[in-house]
Formats: sequence, structure tokens, C-alpha cells
Amino acid sequence: MKRHDKHNSRVMGAVARVRESRSAMLGLTIIVLLVLMAIFAPHLSPNDPTDVRLGDRLISPFTESKYPLGTDHLGRCVLSRLLYGARISLAVGITVVGISTVIGVTLGVVSGYYGGISDSVIMRFVDATLSLPSIFLAVVIAGMLGRGLASVMIALVAIEWTSYARVTRGSVLSLKEKEFVESARSLGARDSYIMARHILPNIIAPVIVVATIGMAYVILAAAALSFLGFGAQPPTPEWGAMLNAGRVYMRTAPYLTILPGFAIMLLVIAFNLLGDGLRDILDPRRVVVE
Amino acid sequence: MSSLEILDLKTHFPTPDGIVRAVDTITLSIRARETFGLVGETGCGKTVLGLTIMRLLPPTATVEGKVMCAGRNLLEVNEAEMRKVRGEEIAMILQNPTTSLNPVMRVGAQIAEAIQLHQGLNKRDAKEKAIEMLDAVKIPSPSGRANEYPHEFSGGMKQRVMIAMGLACDPSLIIADEPTKGLDVTIKAQIIELIKKVTEKKAMLLITHDLGVARELCDRIALMYAGELVEYATLREIFEDPLHPYTRGFLGSLPDRGLVPIPGMTPSLIDLPEGCRFHPRCEYATDVCRQKHPEMIEVEGGHFVRCFHARS
Repeated sequence: MKRHDKHNSRVMGAVARVRESRSAMLGLTIIVLLVLMAIFAPHLSPNDPTDVRLGDRLISPFTESKYPLGTDHLGRCVLSRLLYGARISLAVGITVVGISTVIGVTLGVVSGYYGGISDSVIMRFVDATLSLPSIFLAVVIAGMLGRGLASVMIALVAIEWTSYARVTRGSVLSLKEKEFVESARSLGARDSYIMARHILPNIIAPVIVVATIGMAYVILAAAALSFLGFGAQPPTPEWGAMLNAGRVYMRTAPYLTILPGFAIMLLVIAFNLLGDGLRDILDPRRVVVE
Repeated sequence: MSSLEILDLKTHFPTPDGIVRAVDTITLSIRARETFGLVGETGCGKTVLGLTIMRLLPPTATVEGKVMCAGRNLLEVNEAEMRKVRGEEIAMILQNPTTSLNPVMRVGAQIAEAIQLHQGLNKRDAKEKAIEMLDAVKIPSPSGRANEYPHEFSGGMKQRVMIAMGLACDPSLIIADEPTKGLDVTIKAQIIELIKKVTEKKAMLLITHDLGVARELCDRIALMYAGELVEYATLREIFEDPLHPYTRGFLGSLPDRGLVPIPGMTPSLIDLPEGCRFHPRCEYATDVCRQKHPEMIEVEGGHFVRCFHARS
């Protein structure tokens, strides 16, 4: 019996430590709630998020039961728009982080493992990207590609992969000198096998940390780009775009900027808390050998 | 019939401070089914010799000479062929079992690795074989232990796992680099027993600084000093009739022979002494030792020594 439990000891150990870490737990709870809201947005929304009712313009929150969080300048339900907006933010975050991880980890492993010219080329590219202010670079790339969520995502991937490449390369540089890599080689393993079976499983922990904090950055950056008019176009209920639309009514209807701003903040903080917590939990120096 | 023949092997590492002559013109042959001990102090180039045979050196190393195995020179075969040799014909058991096992991979999977690589078995059959190997190295309840991670094993158990990995593909030659390093006395005795048993029908090159271990396992022994061999004979001759002053000194430093240390330090492999490399530490050194480098001479059948005064 005990033997069977042991198989999952690594995973269970990590889960147990997430439970112990208060900040990670708080972040995780907020994320799970927001993900559930996003998934069940069609059931939770009291109204269609793009339904324009000019007769119901600028209703304040908590005044009419039909619109729990009020309406915007076109009479659209703010709560419904926020719920659907969570879908967009999370989808953009997951897509961008997912693609960036694949690209960054692949190039980082190649760069760190083989070194030489491929390493120099990839890393100079990473350095060049990281030396520019990222949001400025995103604006330039998104501007060149034209408006729309797709171009924002491409622009963010173009920036985001560099952090993964860098973290991965650093880990690979130390891992490839490890004796178990030499041991695998002495048993006749080829490079591709060593990278897939010995190097990759050992870099998952740092990559998860970078990816979690990367989610926060991507969601914020996507909202910022939409705020600037590059990303989601009306009538898409994107939080950054909502913030921008509400800007004009800041004096008369401050909730139009406060509510989407708060939503962005909540999601970003949640990912940052989880990322910080995971960094502590997955720190190899903290792992206790039973 | 010899299992491995090394001819005039030189492994040098060019560095900014000079050339490190880690292995300098070594010739030896390992017969089939024989355990050959390569004994020397830390830093004399024993491990580098092992890595040279396996061609696992960093690219900066320069290698000359021949390593003949099954009719071909291993230093000249291509990388794909060499991968087949590693694990299947020659397996190396590295020192430090603790760091030589991947911490995030189940032990069974690590043993199965070589089996999958060389014998093309599927995952399930390879795992089955891995469990058999764990059983062969006397690990209790092997099917359960195969699913555990290295940190759940003790040092001696990890060494057993390393031996199982080396044996998995039934290689004809095993290079064991300090297989008893860092183990306490009782565990050491068990590992020696195990190695003796599993390598009964195999050729083995045992790399060690411990003559006590060599005495338990080896048929023939070569003493290595500062990158070159200084004496090379059967186990009995080394222990009963040592000819080189270094061999005598090494034997004298054994606990049951008085624990007398050899004076001085091993020379740096960059800055080797003129003449005989051992002369600064040798009580019999004369002018000829200081000026001329002695050649390896055969004093009687199969007993070689590198000393001007061996028979005087």
C-alpha cells in the first residue's frame, strides 16, 4: 500500500507545499475562480455582452437588478462584459505563454546544449530583444501587423519567448555537466535522447515559475495594447478596451474604468502570487530528502 | 584472447598554462574474463584513461595511439558506431552514484534506458528486464523499488543501481571507476562481493586508488603514476614481489602494512619532473634517475616495471 503512494510522492509533495504557502494558495484560488467564471460566462452573464440598449445608458452599479454592475455608454451590461472579458484575457495569456514556452524552451535547450554558433546567434537575438523596452517593442510589432487580437498575440510571443530561452539555457548549461548526463552517454545515448529524457524533465520547475509570472505580464501587456487600440476591437468585451472606452466618462461614471481595471489587477496579482509561491516551493534548495 | 588492447595511448589537454599530460604513452591489454586493476593516487590520470576508452572526453582533449576492441580502433570509428559500443560492448560505471543518477527519473526507467537504446525492446519489456537487473544486483523487492526515485535509495543501493545499469546490456567489458568510493566498510565489502559475482564471466577494468579493493577483485594490476604506468604484473607478483619503489611505497601505505605514507606530493601533470617522474619522492634515486626517463622493461614473463634499479 505504502509503496503505491510513494509513486506520487514528488507530485504530492509539491501539492502539499502549495497548500502550505498562503500566497500561492490565494493566487491559485483567485485564478481558479476566474477560470470558472470565464468557462461559465454564458450561464453567469445576466445579459448579452454586446447587446446595445441606448435607452439604458450609463446606469450606475447596484441600482438596477437587471444590470448588477451597471451599463456603459452604449447601454451594455458591465458584468456580462467583464465575465466574457476574462475569457479573452485568459485565452490570450495561455496561448501566448504556451507558444512562447515551446519556442523558448526548444531554442534554449539547443543553445545551451550545443553552444557554439547556434548559441551565439540565439542569445544575441535574445539580448537584443531584452535590451529594448518590451511594451514599446510590442507596440511597434503590433502596429506593423495591424489591429486585432492575433497581431497582439504574435507581438507578445515575439517578446515573451526570450525569457524562457534564457532561463532554459542557464539551466541546461549546468545540467549538461552533470554526471547523469555523462552516465547516459556512457550507455550509448544520443544527444536528442539526452535532451528529451534527462535535460527537459530537470528544467520543468524553473520554466513553470517563469510561465506563471509570464502569464501576469502577458495579460497586463495584452490589456495595455488593447487600451492603446491595437488589440481587441469593438465590440469585443476586452478589459483593456473597456478601460479605454470608459476613460471619457471617468468623471461621470468612474465605475467604467474602475471595474475593468480592478479585474485586470486581480488576475495579474493572482498570477504573481502563484508565481512567487511556486518559486519558493520549487526551489531545489528547499526540497527535503526524505 | 584480449578483450581490449591499448597501444601507446596519449591523452593531453592543452591549457593556457601548458599541456596537461593526463595519460602519457600507456600500453596495456585486458584479457577476456580478466579483472584488470588500474591503481594510482588521485589525479594520476586513471579516470581520464577510462573516459578516453569510452571517447567521452571534452572536445579540447587531444588523443593519440590506439584502443583496439574486437578488431577495430575505437579512436577511429564514427560516432554512431561508438554509441553502439558504449553500453553494449563496453559499459562504464562512473564514480559518485549519487550524482550519476538523474534525480527526476525513476530508477527502473534509468536502467531500462540502455536496454531500450540497444536492444530495441519496448517500454514494458525493457522495464521487465530492468527489474530483473535490480534483482540480479540484490535489491530487495525490485518491482517496487524500480518505481522509486534515486533519493529514496541509500548510497550503497545507488551503487548497486549503477552496476545494474552497466550490466543491463550484457557488455563484454566493464570499466568501473572507483566503484567503492564513499561507501562505508560493510557496504564496501558487499559491493565488492557483488562485483566479483556479476563480472565473473566478463572482462573488467577496475579503476581505483584502493589497493585493498584491487586485491579482492583483480587478476592483474597496473600501477599508474603521473600519467604513465610504472609497474604492471599479476596480483600475486605485485603484492609479493613489488619492484618499483612507488609500488612498494603504495603497498606500505596500506593499513595492514604499517600505514606509512609516501613522502612528497604527486607532481603536476603540466610540470613533470625531468628524468624518472617519481625520482623526487624516491629514496633510491640516483643521478641517472634525475637525468634519464626510464623505459618500461619486462623483468620476467608478464612483469613490467619502469625503473633503472629494479633488479639491482
